[in-house]
Amino acid sequence: MPALAIRCHRLVKRYSPEVLAVDGLDLEVERGECFGLLGPNGAGKTTTIEVLEGLLPPTSGDVEVLGQRWAHDARSLREKLGITLQETHLPERLTVLEVVRLFRALYRSGRRPEEVLDLVSLGEKARAYQRTLSGGQKQRLAVACALVGDPELLFLDEPTTGLDPQSRRQLWEVIASFRRDGRTVLLTTHYMDEAERLCDRVAIVDRGKLIALGTPKELIARVAGAEVVELAPADGLSLSALGELPGVQGARREADGIHLTVDRAHVAIPALLAFVEARGKALTRLATHSATLEDVFVTLTGRHLRD
Amino acid sequence: MKVVGDSPLYQLTLARLKLLFREPGAMFWTFGFPMVLAIALGIAFRNQPPEPVRAAVQDGSGAAAMLSALAKSARVKPELLSAASARQALRDGAVAIVVAPGDPVTYVFDPTRPDSRLARLVVNDVLQRALGRKDVTRARDEMVTEPGARYIDFLIPGLLGLILMSSGLWGIGYTIVETRTKNLLKRMLATPMRRGDFLLSFVLMRVVFLFAEVPVLVGFGHFVFGVPVRGSLALLLLVSLLGALSFGGIGLLLASRAQNIQTVSGLMNLVMMPMYVGSGVFFSISKFPKAVQPYLKALPLTALNDALRAIMNEGAGLAGVLPQLAILTGITVVSFAVAVKLFRWS
Repeated sequence: MPALAIRCHRLVKRYSPEVLAVDGLDLEVERGECFGLLGPNGAGKTTTIEVLEGLLPPTSGDVEVLGQRWAHDARSLREKLGITLQETHLPERLTVLEVVRLFRALYRSGRRPEEVLDLVSLGEKARAYQRTLSGGQKQRLAVACALVGDPELLFLDEPTTGLDPQSRRQLWEVIASFRRDGRTVLLTTHYMDEAERLCDRVAIVDRGKLIALGTPKELIARVAGAEVVELAPADGLSLSALGELPGVQGARREADGIHLTVDRAHVAIPALLAFVEARGKALTRLATHSATLEDVFVTLTGRHLRD
Repeated sequence: MKVVGDSPLYQLTLARLKLLFREPGAMFWTFGFPMVLAIALGIAFRNQPPEPVRAAVQDGSGAAAMLSALAKSARVKPELLSAASARQALRDGAVAIVVAPGDPVTYVFDPTRPDSRLARLVVNDVLQRALGRKDVTRARDEMVTEPGARYIDFLIPGLLGLILMSSGLWGIGYTIVETRTKNLLKRMLATPMRRGDFLLSFVLMRVVFLFAEVPVLVGFGHFVFGVPVRGSLALLLLVSLLGALSFGGIGLLLASRAQNIQTVSGLMNLVMMPMYVGSGVFFSISKFPKAVQPYLKALPLTALNDALRAIMNEGAGLAGVLPQLAILTGITVVSFAVAVKLFRWS
């Protein structure tokens, strides 16, 4: 059995001469890991995942999934994959159980529909029409349809977008339990907390290109520093001078003031206070937070994920 | 081991049928609408006992004598009116003819109105006889009114054809495009589903549904209006099946490239509209000029309606409907072949 669940090499997807959605992406996802594809809207996440799922043909590049290729092994691959699309409207006038039973029938082997419904906590809704479900329940039904074929590899495209916190946590639990059997998950998201919590490794993509790859901890430590110091007001303080302070890795201007990325807060903060006092200024706000993947993205691109 | 109940095609077809039967709109248009239409048209065009001709006698000299001469016949119902009101009554359709006494007698009537032309003949006949005209040859009338020759007998097979057309086009064309626009087609293609199974499930859904549509409408016609089925029921079902398949094929063809509901609805209306009028649903295509009739006869709905009428009203056998079966089979084969070739899966 090959060690890699997904390997894609120099993947390019061009929709038209002007629209280049994926621009030479290299990815390797190991078996048993949960891999996150992160990036703002329009970064090429959905295009990438749909090429990997065999739903879109790549313009060029090489894609291998579970050691097989779409050109030769499409049917056998489909039996091993579970998929949720970013947006699917399942039949409204079928019951929850009927929908899952339908999807089960499309696979040669799989799990019992009732069992999968229990797994996503929809057992009590088995006889309800799909259209009577809440947004979170509909999304869990979509995940049930992805799980009922007993897949080795699960693709989830923004599984929790638009869901309330409780529904998100329920879905995270479903994904975590799927992984406990040593199976592989590839998901896209633009929620950084989701990625930090679920993913072993993340790839940050922007404008169709890979801009960072690693475990969430690694990326944060490497790119964003350990902590972020937020201060205000920003006027009269030079960014480059702030960036030179001991313990400070970088400084950037934000809507609410200045953010400094620091690796040693106990050194940086006294230095910062002395710097401000020496210029006869007073701070109205000083706060720190642990650096997040969001800070990684902003540091790398100068933009926010949800811009 | 797989049993039928687990097969993808069975589950796909079952899901299609459940969705169809649970859609109140589809149920109304398939069952309710044709019945309401049959009842309304059946009442409006019911066969009535022959009514006397309504005639106005224009006031003036000799009017009273003419009035009494006409009143003696049961075939005419005359009334005395002033010249102005008589013309008004003719315009309104309250009378079919105005008779002005004098020499010669003047008949004022509208030759484009069948009832008006009839009134001219009847009134003239009654007046001439009253004045002593003798018939030169003897004639005997034999009057018949029998099922199979009434308007409702013409209408019910036409409505059946109409329903097979609209449920074929909407049931397949609309549903497929909806599946495509809602990303459900894409989601299903992400499973190991065979594409052929997906398309075949729509065809099977139509075939199964046929066994609800045909008996309900034919039974309704039979028990409510006494519309006969003189030919074999099996042949009626076979013709209906081919009709349903040919319209299913056309529906699939129209849906094969359409990316949204508006496009496919427009295309379907474009296809159905000429057949509503030109395929003999509500009136015979013999009303159209001779030159266009061969084209009208090649329309699938005309072929279907002609065959259904031949079987129900005239008791035609297989040989009697072969040309229509050939047209329907041809349309089925060609439309499915082209649709499968053109079908946009992504």
